[in-house]
Amino acid sequence: MSDPITRPTVGTPRESVDPAAVEEKREGTLPRGIDRLGERKRARLEQLAQTTADKGGVSLVRDAFRRLRRNPTAIVGASIVALFVLVAIFAPLLAPHDPAQRFDELTKNLTVDSIPGASSEFPLGSDPLGRDFLSRMIHGSRQTLFVGVFATLIGLALGVLVGAIAGAFGGWVDNILMRFTDVMLALPALLLAISLVAMASRSSQWTVILAVAIVNVPIFARLLRGSMLAQRESDHVLAARALGVKQGSIVLRHMLPNAMTAVIVQATLTLSTAILEAASLSFLGLGDPDINRAEWGLMLGVDGQRYFEVRPELAYFPAVAIIVVALGFTLLGEGMREAIDPKSRR
Amino acid sequence: MLRVIVRRLLQLVVTLIGLSALVFIWLRNLPGGPVEALLGERATPERRALLIKALGYDQPILVQYGKFMQRLLTGDFGNSIRSGDPVTEVIGRAFPATIELAAAAMIIAIGLGVPLGYLAARHRGRLLDNMSIAGTLLGISIPIFFLGYLLKDVFTQNIHWFPPSGRISTGVDNTDVTGFFVLDGLLTREFDAAGDALWHLILPALTLATIPLAVIVRITRASVLDVLNEDYVRTAEAKGLRHKTIRGRHILRNALLPVVTTIGLQTGALLSGAVLTERVYNWGGLGTLIYNSISGGRDYPVLQALILLAALVFVVVNLLVDLSYAFIDPRVRVR
Repeated sequence: MSDPITRPTVGTPRESVDPAAVEEKREGTLPRGIDRLGERKRARLEQLAQTTADKGGVSLVRDAFRRLRRNPTAIVGASIVALFVLVAIFAPLLAPHDPAQRFDELTKNLTVDSIPGASSEFPLGSDPLGRDFLSRMIHGSRQTLFVGVFATLIGLALGVLVGAIAGAFGGWVDNILMRFTDVMLALPALLLAISLVAMASRSSQWTVILAVAIVNVPIFARLLRGSMLAQRESDHVLAARALGVKQGSIVLRHMLPNAMTAVIVQATLTLSTAILEAASLSFLGLGDPDINRAEWGLMLGVDGQRYFEVRPELAYFPAVAIIVVALGFTLLGEGMREAIDPKSRR
Repeated sequence: MLRVIVRRLLQLVVTLIGLSALVFIWLRNLPGGPVEALLGERATPERRALLIKALGYDQPILVQYGKFMQRLLTGDFGNSIRSGDPVTEVIGRAFPATIELAAAAMIIAIGLGVPLGYLAARHRGRLLDNMSIAGTLLGISIPIFFLGYLLKDVFTQNIHWFPPSGRISTGVDNTDVTGFFVLDGLLTREFDAAGDALWHLILPALTLATIPLAVIVRITRASVLDVLNEDYVRTAEAKGLRHKTIRGRHILRNALLPVVTTIGLQTGALLSGAVLTERVYNWGGLGTLIYNSISGGRDYPVLQALILLAALVFVVVNLLVDLSYAFIDPRVRVR
């Protein structure tokens, strides 16, 4: 980019500096400034040479990781995600009760228009079936993580497969596969998910996971194909080809790893949308019919909706949990994108 | 330009043919198959055989596909399983409601999103910018059906500003001309009906607008930031052009191209969102129809037509968006 002196200040018009001060500074330091600039430049070059000599260069990934650690967006996102994963792992230890157990002291107070609220033993009160709502929220982190991760991983795997084949072969294979993704992308995501769920004779947690996964396949496929096509013409692939590396290992060892970064960023962002899409399916009555399953999307979409007038907390808690976790994955994904491509930083 | 149009039209046709083939395969692979969907699980073998013959399912698969395509092209989607009415009629009744809702949502999203994105870019790093970034992140992280219930709870239960559901109050006498209630009221000069319909429209439209709004703010902001650093903007400022001229001619006109693309791509999100929003506000459009045709016994003829219609709307809107580039950006015309 342009050097700081000639750079137009249009982008930040409000950061104007007192012109008199600038004038004064310039007059005082200009003649020596040039001298020093040359010196400084040489010193810096030497320093740079030194660092590369010592470390043998910094890999792209390590460089990106270093930027990631300094990015507040990424840190906030990563903290939320880490907390979420920890709660999910230690859910059985954290939850005060069994999430599937119906307590007599709660069920006896259940009526059509009242669900018991907080008490000392049940801090968040009861759910519509007389189970401990807090325990269900804590265990819900597990199921939500499960749905999000598997939907994303399956979508990622299939998308990478399609995208890699298209990007590696090009030509008519690419053409056919991309027309196929066009068709899938032409359908609204939720409508596609609904159609897929309708194909199963009985809905279950896996139909939801698969439907959400397949919706994301064309997105991953397009993304990977795009970055692989960009690689095909690049110098390192040409070099590999000139060295006589086989086509298969060029694709697998030279093109794919370099093209994967964008896909991994997308996967992080997809974790957030997958959780939201699963919640939408539950809201439409296409979720997991297992009443013992504690998953936030299910809790929000089914009980939260049905008992919103009676006890809105049944919707608020899972909704806030989903929003925070979705936000966490989004922030982390955005941070990763900025770290890999600093130009995208705004 | 003509060549671009022709190529895009061909691509559109290919996409739609591919989609019709997928829908055909989808219909054939539904649990129990279409015969069971029509007759239910407990039909006698004789009735099954009769229906299989009547539907032509005993013929070779390619012949079946040919007939299927023939019916699609002549607009014959069969009858709804639920109501027995022709599918085209069922969809025709619900279509204007969703278009009205989606158009209102898009007007809100563009009307708020572009100025907000522009202001955020111009005040980059300041409070307004940070707030708009936080707002967009929240907007894409919130399940919109939950937002719908929340808005409904606040504005119809706590403060009675808006009606909780439906498109028009019972007792309001409105004349149906186009099916767009607000427009109908204006056309027939029944301004109280138009006002009532508009009053019903606001909350659902706001709910549906959240995701497109968030996306439009982000894209506008990023795109304006790109343009702000261009030499021609600096030149325009150096020439002492009026702020308004720079904003309109130099910044927005150049920054709007990616925004317009995004608006086209948001049609899909609008249709997804409509399914959820319409359910919250009992809106009675295509979204409600989609919901009803899966939850209350699966109404495959309707669902099939809805899938094809949604894809058609999406590809046509995006084609129009691509063509509109020529008007926004003369450089595209030359190419």
